[in-house]
Amino acid sequence: MINSQNIVARSATTLPAPHVRDDVVEVAKLIDVSKCIGCKACQVACMEWNDLRDEVGECHGVYDNPMDLTADSWTVMRFNEVETDFVGGEDVSKEKELSWLIRKDGCMHCAEPGCLEACPAPGAIVKYANGIVDFDSNNCIGCGYCITGCPFNIPRISEKDSKSYKCTLCSDRVNVGLEPACVKACPTNCIEFGSKKDMLARADKRVNDLKERGYEQAGIYDPAGVGGTHVMYVLHHSDEPGLYSGLAKDPRISPVVGAWKGITKPIMSAILGITAFAGFFHYITKGPKEEPTDEEVFGEDDDHHRVSREEEHRS
Amino acid sequence: MNFKKQKTMLRYGPGTRANHWAMAGAFILLTLSGLAFFHPPFFFFSHSLGGPVWSRVLHPFIGVVLFVLFVIIAVRQLKYNMLMKNDVQWMRQMGDVLNNRDDKLPPIGKYNPGQKMVYWALILCIPVLLITGVIMWRPWFAGFFPIPLIRVASLVHALAAFIGIATIIVHVYAAIWVKGSVKAMTRGRVTHAWAKHHHPLWYEEEMEKPSQRAGDEDASERDTTSHHGARNDGRTSG
Repeated sequence: MINSQNIVARSATTLPAPHVRDDVVEVAKLIDVSKCIGCKACQVACMEWNDLRDEVGECHGVYDNPMDLTADSWTVMRFNEVETDFVGGEDVSKEKELSWLIRKDGCMHCAEPGCLEACPAPGAIVKYANGIVDFDSNNCIGCGYCITGCPFNIPRISEKDSKSYKCTLCSDRVNVGLEPACVKACPTNCIEFGSKKDMLARADKRVNDLKERGYEQAGIYDPAGVGGTHVMYVLHHSDEPGLYSGLAKDPRISPVVGAWKGITKPIMSAILGITAFAGFFHYITKGPKEEPTDEEVFGEDDDHHRVSREEEHRS
Repeated sequence: MNFKKQKTMLRYGPGTRANHWAMAGAFILLTLSGLAFFHPPFFFFSHSLGGPVWSRVLHPFIGVVLFVLFVIIAVRQLKYNMLMKNDVQWMRQMGDVLNNRDDKLPPIGKYNPGQKMVYWALILCIPVLLITGVIMWRPWFAGFFPIPLIRVASLVHALAAFIGIATIIVHVYAAIWVKGSVKAMTRGRVTHAWAKHHHPLWYEEEMEKPSQRAGDEDASERDTTSHHGARNDGRTSG
């Protein structure tokens, strides 16, 4: 975490975070899936810049490598071969064609981050004014609530230190005016970086391009359910984001997480407080049930009373 | 209140007392560390277990300890917590209970219906807390469960903990409110008068046992009614 003065949201924090320097432009990374050739330069650039060395895995017979995001692999290319409507041009005899859909997966940097909502450790997750959602792993306690809260299944707990990690959108590079490492490495300009406004304009142009080429369902993936994201996709089949290795169609913070981390917190806390106060005031107004004496319970002539008097006599 | 002047009888044996206070300690630590994860204003409670990361590490283990202790005490106290004939009537007279008009209440057994509700609320909460807690437990178990299930488990864990904590607040207050009950759980003994006043049916049942009838501390201290042990050293009179 480099910048501590333009934080617009901070995990487990009820008062405003320091954000006097928040007059900054919202940034975004645009990934045009239709231009991706699956070279994995972005994966390499990510591990190079961030000094990450994941364990060398095994070949699973598919192009995906590693097979999933890990605490040391903050971005992975996901390859999916699907049959889609034919858009190849004049040959009307074909109805379907094979499409190789490759999506660079990683943190989407949601405007409303589920990880930040769920995180119980103050300051372990922050959202900067430029839109980047960053983990300050120094404050991370390793509970994994960010995994529970994330609508995209992105954060991973490291086996080394039990801290949670994910793409930082190269917040350290962006902070000094550089583009993220993956953007710099991408040989086809499939990944671009700039202000969110500029990227949306770029995306619009690309969508029009694709539509002209016959991809009628081409569109921008900037899901409103999480307030929009600071990593956006251009998809040729934006009506079916699930084709891209299970990209969520309408991602949003799960209502279960909302209930867990939202209204229940103040309500249940208040009820517990009221219960304790009710006890206190009951004691003050009604008083305790004092220990009954033998006389009260057994009367004068009972042998309980004799014992008492004998003992009294002895002492 | 003075044990010197009143005959006393065993209410909680040493095993039950040790179990109870071990559970109480575990419950307090779990409540503090759990609330720390639940709501930011309580985050500072996480220092009770040596900091937030230690809280995250230790909370589930303490939870397992609490569960095991609870199973032991729950099994041993089950027969005293079954609903009895007068319990419903006693509950109907909650106004008399709260206003300390004890003489109007129907006779009840070892536990009053309020205590039985604490018992059953915890019977409900603690296993739920264990199951949902295991589902959330990182880094050991959560990875084996689908994320939507972990979400539900997290919410249910919070709700069950809420019910459990509220129950324990009531339980603690009741102990402060009804004089003699804290001593019953710290020293094990109550006066005959206390027993007959608060738990008449239990008192009558216990009076069948010779050591209880004699008010003999040493014999019943060992949780048995058969042998008479060493002489009274006077420690329980304070």
